[in-house]
Amino acid sequence: MDIKTALFDYLLRLGDDSLILAQRLSAWCGHGPMLEVDLSMSNIGLDLIGQAALFLGYAGEVEGKGRDADKLAFHRDALRFRNCLLVEQPNGDFAQTIARQYVFSTWQRLLFQGLVKSGDPRIAEIAAKALKEIDYHADWSAEWVVRLGDGTAESRDRMIAGFAWMWRFVDELFQVDDVDAAIAKAGIGPSRASLRAGFDAALKKTFDAATLPLMPYPAAVLGGRQGHHSEHLGHLLAEMQFLPRAYPGATW
Amino acid sequence: MYTTELQKQPSRPVAESKAEKEPQELVDAFEARVAADEFIEPKDWMPAAYRRTLVRQISQHAHSEIVGMLPEGNWICRAPSLRRKAVLLAKVQDEGGHGLYLYAAAETLGTSREEMIEALHAGKAKYSTIFNYPTLTWADIGAIGWLVDGAAIMNQVPLQRTSYGPYARAMVRVCKEESFHQRQGFEIMMAMANGTPEQKEMAQDALNRWWWPSLMMFGPPDDESPNTAQSMRWRIKRDTNDELRQHFVDVTVPQAEALGLSVPDPKLKFNDKTGHYEFGEIDWSEFWNVVKGEGPVAKERMSARVKAWDEGAWVRDAAAAHAAKQHAAKQAAE
Ligand SMILES: [Fe+2]
Ligand SMILES: [Fe+2]
Ligand SMILES: [Fe+2]
Repeated sequence: MDIKTALFDYLLRLGDDSLILAQRLSAWCGHGPMLEVDLSMSNIGLDLIGQAALFLGYAGEVEGKGRDADKLAFHRDALRFRNCLLVEQPNGDFAQTIARQYVFSTWQRLLFQGLVKSGDPRIAEIAAKALKEIDYHADWSAEWVVRLGDGTAESRDRMIAGFAWMWRFVDELFQVDDVDAAIAKAGIGPSRASLRAGFDAALKKTFDAATLPLMPYPAAVLGGRQGHHSEHLGHLLAEMQFLPRAYPGATW
Repeated sequence: MYTTELQKQPSRPVAESKAEKEPQELVDAFEARVAADEFIEPKDWMPAAYRRTLVRQISQHAHSEIVGMLPEGNWICRAPSLRRKAVLLAKVQDEGGHGLYLYAAAETLGTSREEMIEALHAGKAKYSTIFNYPTLTWADIGAIGWLVDGAAIMNQVPLQRTSYGPYARAMVRVCKEESFHQRQGFEIMMAMANGTPEQKEMAQDALNRWWWPSLMMFGPPDDESPNTAQSMRWRIKRDTNDELRQHFVDVTVPQAEALGLSVPDPKLKFNDKTGHYEFGEIDWSEFWNVVKGEGPVAKERMSARVKAWDEGAWVRDAAAAHAAKQHAAKQAAE
């Protein structure tokens, strides 16, 4: 695989992860379980939209066909999206949202700790800015895992159910394919497989503090990075892309 | 307005105020401080009626910020560009922050946030009538920022000098953000008014639907606002409803003209002698219906708030239970 193709795809993966999760978090705005939590979720959503704009903007430049971040966000269909399956999972209850956020941010922190050392200076720069945000996302969601796991019997059951929903999508985060191999070889990003040990250690620490049982992982569900998504993504895109699609000539 | 008095009756029946029997020298000292534009702070003595009026006004303002997240929140997931999405999400988040400061200001008067929220959900507390209208197109997001936040600024700028210190200070923070919101809303309207014919149609339609409800935000006419005089004497309110409404019309009509949109009022005309716009009759029966909770989407708004609160109960319980465990563990360790 030539490096330009790999880099374009890799940037879409980074941008789409942030974009799709931001879209999910946006749906909580005004509906959170308490005002402070509502504001935190909006904060995280805002950080993620910012990351998405930077990565997708760079992806468009690398591709060189005149597509900007908005064009990539609003005018691709599901088969062209490269986000992991985890981020497109439904919000469910607050515990399910927290499970998704915790898994994602914990993994994203490890990935970006590698990306700040990227041989691609543009990626290193975006990652350095984003890492400060991600540290907060990971810590905030870990605190909620502990609160809910160690809170009441109901919150504990819900927290376990939230992780149970997300568990089959964890392995995909560490999956290495041709794109990742090319990126790692070129010194642009860490090999995803190398992030697993750090992830497992972080998870164990949080689960211990939350008094939660570490469940075995079921068979991995894969496909997001290749454009084969869950049923949920099409609905998310239909809503997100409606205006630019309905009025193709308009600027807003 | 978010803070406008929505009670038709004078708020203090004579018999009740007599029963309170407050020491005259304290009342006099309080009135003198307020008249001298001093701030009253939480620990200071204040008349019970002043406290009650403030709790009602500040909590109504807080509820307006929170319920106000819903009509605009309706479009975050459909914002047409990444930049617009970020700006709108940040705006709605700001409104939540305003609610938070305001609940905190009201809590200094001895009423808890939970009590205030329960009063809202029980239909006992009011919120601004404007949020009981639906957001039908993206242009509504522009119109709300331009008109609703614009009207909010007019009401809230004077409240930065309101007599109750915590409320005045909350308003200073709030006002800075509201003027951003107003500009961002106007910018959306400008993009649409100068856009495709379909966009322009949406912009005009949004102005048509939001104009009159925006004028109603300033509350009933002065001769039907029995509590205005008392509130002005207490420096809880600094201008009358009709004064603020006139100011809003005077400022906003030229902005509509700059956008190339027409204000939906055939009677609107500039009076050279007074230097003010004259405008048509407001449909006050519509206003009072919306106050009563009969606005077009009042049911949707209230059920969304109640749902979020009820479905969040287990989360708040869990946070409290965990905090209690942490506290107990810390005490045991000491
Ligand atoms: Fe406001
Ligand atoms: Fe506000
Ligand atoms: Fe605002």
